[in-house]
Amino acid sequence: MYKTNDLILRTTTSLIAFILLGFAIYLLLAGHNSPGGGFVGGLMTSGAVLLMYMSYGIEAVNKMLPINFVTLIPIGLAIAVATGAGSFLFDVPFMSQTFGYFTVPIFGEIELATAMLFDLGVYFTVVGVMITIILTIGNDQ
Amino acid sequence: MNEREILEFIAVLLILLGSILSVISAYGIVRFPDVYTRSHAATKSSTLSVLLTLSGAFFYFWISESFFSVRILLGILFVFITAPVAGHLIIRAAYRSKVKLSEITIEDELHEVLHEEDKEFIHKDVLEKEDREKILRNEDKQK
Repeated sequence: MYKTNDLILRTTTSLIAFILLGFAIYLLLAGHNSPGGGFVGGLMTSGAVLLMYMSYGIEAVNKMLPINFVTLIPIGLAIAVATGAGSFLFDVPFMSQTFGYFTVPIFGEIELATAMLFDLGVYFTVVGVMITIILTIGNDQ
Repeated sequence: MNEREILEFIAVLLILLGSILSVISAYGIVRFPDVYTRSHAATKSSTLSVLLTLSGAFFYFWISESFFSVRILLGILFVFITAPVAGHLIIRAAYRSKVKLSEITIEDELHEVLHEEDKEFIHKDVLEKEDREKILRNEDKQK
């Protein structure tokens, strides 16, 4: 057997994974006015994490990212249900959404919508489902 | 032609150059004899063609619609970093699964390096095995 030497793959992964994660956050935040949203952002994040799993191996990444990805699924679903049920507090139908304009120090005046919180729930669920599926298949060997 | 039209013309020229290069790359993939030279055609020239096309699109949107697309810049950076690494990994996998080189190849220096490494590893394994057997025999004697 050859001793494996993945120096090029690992060095590139440590650079690429950051670009992928940043782009995933961008897609998650930009979903309201341009293509993107929770689903694509979640897929992209899981792609970055899977790239790290491919180049570093399962045990090393489990040490680097001590997250149990199965628990992300109920967290995301709970966020989505909570944003839907939160509209009862204001005496409006289920899953109503609203938005407002706020002034933030760096960005100036921006529009913040409650649909963003629902997208965050979708994001967590998609990340949890994707990584759970692939790790369950990969651990069988 | 005013200034804006000239800049748009340069952007369109970049896209044309990129598409010509991608045709050349596809022609190289068909014409070259083995997997290594084909990958040489597939990674280098198609990476350059994608980069030229993307930068042409970037300049076009910047000039004609004054839209500064960060996504296209990120895409240029991303393709520039990942495409050579993908080519490297594919060719490495091909070499290690012993895909034959074409008959016009003159020299294969990597073969000797890998072969020597292989011998050393076998040697080490044999030594460890003998050591293990000796230890086992000693334990049997003590019992």
